Amino acid sequence: MSKVIVVTSGKGGVGKTTTSASFSTGLAMRGHKTVVIDFDVGLRNLDLIMGCERRVVYDFVNVINGEATLKQALIRDKAYDNLYILPASQTRDKDAFSKEGVGKVIDELKESFDFIVCDSPAGIERGALMALYFADEALIVTNPEVSSVRDSDRILGILSAKSKRAEDGLDPIKEHLVVTRYSPSRVESGEMLSIDDIQELLGIKLLGIIPESPAVLQASNSGVPVVRDDDSNSGQAYQDLVARFLGEERPMRFMGPEKKGFLQRLFGT
Amino acid sequence: MSILDYLTRNRNKKSASMAKERLQIILAHEHTNDDAPDYLPALKQELLAVVSKYANIDLGDIKVNLDREGGFDILELNITLPDQEKKPKTAARR
Repeated sequence: MSKVIVVTSGKGGVGKTTTSASFSTGLAMRGHKTVVIDFDVGLRNLDLIMGCERRVVYDFVNVINGEATLKQALIRDKAYDNLYILPASQTRDKDAFSKEGVGKVIDELKESFDFIVCDSPAGIERGALMALYFADEALIVTNPEVSSVRDSDRILGILSAKSKRAEDGLDPIKEHLVVTRYSPSRVESGEMLSIDDIQELLGIKLLGIIPESPAVLQASNSGVPVVRDDDSNSGQAYQDLVARFLGEERPMRFMGPEKKGFLQRLFGT
Repeated sequence: MSILDYLTRNRNKKSASMAKERLQIILAHEHTNDDAPDYLPALKQELLAVVSKYANIDLGDIKVNLDREGGFDILELNITLPDQEKKPKTAARR
């Protein structure tokens, strides 16, 4: 039984695309046949983060309009042959999405994939609503920051009211909290909302904490999802997140500040 | 944590808890309006159009509240009329 997972946040710039890329790559690394769809029509970026921007020929909107087949539009990942990317259109506008059109494509993908990951655009307009409409589960990407938490709360309301599951009266979408750009040392000094604060405010289960790390920028620079960087703490954090999503027990890491030497403690870094 | 951080710690300590308090208040507020029907703003506009034929009021003078009490929905309207000295629009038109 395949699963549709939306990666969403409301607010822009919190790490939806980074999370979509690493989450889908992580699922593929664990042997699951996975496709990741970019729903950000007009501002596609998933292809860049996945490092396949020069191989885009057809896109999601072409498939919806019958101008290309799914097979023609899907891009196979270079490192994992059970991972595919369906890029967004760069030229059309978001009205190109119809519920029927998107639903048809997702149904067709369900026939051959275990996981269908939907990378939502920011905001709560058509693209974002379409990305979440067919979801079975949702990753709510949140930064430890007031506007991000408020927007995540708003998105949770929309998930429970405007999704297909809500309309059909099925079990609600399973919601997972992903806190990105977390800085334990700033939490400790009282200048950043803590994981407990965010969980208490949003009231959903924590799936993973991604610490603020230079590795994330380096990964996007080179077009290799950060989950493949075994040496970085954010790469390991995404690997943990994927394992937990698949039902494995893994303790939360990167919640406390890194241990520092005496001199570092005295003078800071 | 450096000595500098330690010295400025007390001032910073407040900002995360301020963030949490502010969020608790605003999220609670937004949740109470969650199931309010979306015709309330339009209702306000139309009320304004009707009442301002007879009295000089603006949108801020109209308060519309929807409350739920024991299975009943209570629509509460509160319109503040201007002081007597201000002439109503209808009088001016005549």
